[in-house]
Amino acid sequence: MNTVSTKLQRSRAFLTVFLKEVKENLRDRRTLISAFLTGPLLGPVIFVMLINVTLNRELDKADKPLPVPVIGAEYAPNLLDALRAGGVVPGAAVADPAQAVRKQDADVVLRIASNYGKAWRKGEPVQVELFYDSSQRDANTSVERVTQLVEGYARQQGALRLVARGLSPSTAWPLQVARRDQATPQSRAVLMFAMLPYFFVITIFMGGMYLAIDLTAGERERQSLEPLFANPVPRWKILCGKLAAISVFSTTSLLISLLAFAVVGQFIPAEKIGMELDLGVHFAAYVLLLMLPLVLLLSALQSMVAAFAKSYREAQTYLSLLMLVPLIPSALLSFMPIKAQAWMYAIPLLGQNLGIMQLLRGDGVSAEQIGLCLAGSLAAALIAVLMTIQLYRSERLAISA
Amino acid sequence: MIEVRNLHKAFGTVKAVDGVSFTARDGEITGLLGPNGAGKTTTLRMLYTLMTPDRGQVLVDGIDAAVDPLGVRRQLGVLPDARGLYKRLTARENIDYFARLHGLPEDLLKSRRDALIEALEMGDIADRRTEGFSQGQRVKTAIARALVHDPRNVILDEPTNGLDVMATRALRQFMARLKGEGRCVLFSSHIMQEVAALCDRIVVIAHGRVVADESPDALRAQTGENNLEDAFVKIIGSDEGLAA
Repeated sequence: MNTVSTKLQRSRAFLTVFLKEVKENLRDRRTLISAFLTGPLLGPVIFVMLINVTLNRELDKADKPLPVPVIGAEYAPNLLDALRAGGVVPGAAVADPAQAVRKQDADVVLRIASNYGKAWRKGEPVQVELFYDSSQRDANTSVERVTQLVEGYARQQGALRLVARGLSPSTAWPLQVARRDQATPQSRAVLMFAMLPYFFVITIFMGGMYLAIDLTAGERERQSLEPLFANPVPRWKILCGKLAAISVFSTTSLLISLLAFAVVGQFIPAEKIGMELDLGVHFAAYVLLLMLPLVLLLSALQSMVAAFAKSYREAQTYLSLLMLVPLIPSALLSFMPIKAQAWMYAIPLLGQNLGIMQLLRGDGVSAEQIGLCLAGSLAAALIAVLMTIQLYRSERLAISA
Repeated sequence: MIEVRNLHKAFGTVKAVDGVSFTARDGEITGLLGPNGAGKTTTLRMLYTLMTPDRGQVLVDGIDAAVDPLGVRRQLGVLPDARGLYKRLTARENIDYFARLHGLPEDLLKSRRDALIEALEMGDIADRRTEGFSQGQRVKTAIARALVHDPRNVILDEPTNGLDVMATRALRQFMARLKGEGRCVLFSSHIMQEVAALCDRIVVIAHGRVVADESPDALRAQTGENNLEDAFVKIIGSDEGLAA
């Protein structure tokens, strides 16, 4: 009765599983939304909103009149004129400057001592006090502005006094510091975009997540794993077909996300603060290349974690915890700037992170770095796949309930 | 033909199957009867190589399951205890999926699948997604899926579980038809009426052991009971877990 050749099925089993998984999951609304809508688009949208808010605030601060409460304004009318010329709007005195700053009523408060006028006329040094809270990062630009205006005024007055005594102002400043900032427009952008690699990882994650859950926990919950394993196909082939389906979904997610970033990149007013951002085709192609081994690694890891879960819901919980792992290198790199060493590129996630940051800086990635990144991640991916295959062979896996 | 020799399987300290041997012949229906938890499902799972026995041997058409599990699975059509269908696929697609996993060429697949859809009278549901299928429709689909590669040996784990009277009758007729085609049919049940009505041979399992392996008539003769139900109770030693 059963006379089918075995050669035929060897080539077909992988493809059969792959095609069935793709077809079945294309019919699932939840998977589609997660893989092709929320997953890849949430990142770019949040990103644009965040960046725009930050940039606009920076820009606002630089141009806008800056209200500064001044205590003792009447003692130093000339200083106040100089401040006004710099865009500062002197405000009414506050009773407790320390309190006002701490309660964020004012970014910065200026206090002028009552003996200012007398000391000034005698040519003695006088003190003005600036109250601010450096832990309020928001206020830093304001503090910087007022400080520069006050110091500029002091230097100017000092020079005038020297001239009045027949001395050259340069006697007082034997040394002059000339700042040569080597930041390029791209590298300035990097600080703000440190989280970009994480968005890409999350996209891959979301793209394959529901398929990975379906792979084991889902099959087990709907009790279809046992009949599936009764077919004359080795389990590792079934698993490989499923991993391929997960990978295709997450790669598609990544492509959509890259496309979305390329589009929204046009709407980020980066050049207004002297930054340059290139999220175009060149960038996308490199990111895709760097991310491909991660796609396989994450699909295997997701399947492995989901295999431990008894139900769909449990698998979802585990996977959302797993999603936090790729956050580590991104967070590390944005809080502790480390100098990249060659070996770091070989570490999955970290390598991709470094590579993408380098692309954003406009430095490009070298062939050696790409090689290390691909080799390291691919090796990790293969190990993860082998471990998942091992897990898939377990007797207990197939038994429902 | 399915031959089982001295199978053992333990889960921790629980001996689920403790020395089971029997033979299911071609052109016969063999019933595996026993109360719930007697070890029927575990025995069947070792037959279709989902589980590996701790000890003992399984031969399907002479192929040793320990040596060539894929070869054994090729000779078997299995309706496991778990009937899970892919609910986002239609009944037809569910059947096709398994046919392709068995490596059936497309033209043969089509004719086999259509023949089964007709034989199981499921033409009206074939192109519906299986989500929301009744228990009977689900079992039909699962059976078609299990038999699409035309196996010589058919294993059915509690096939009538959860079916109504009409569906049960239809399924029994279908099993008789499989026997008529010369296949070896092995099914498990805890319903005596069913076993008595269908089987050429009854293997009674209790506490992981075979306690009787006879034809229904021989069983009655052996126990001296006219009524099969009384015969079973006598063999098993209690009436726990049995249903008439």
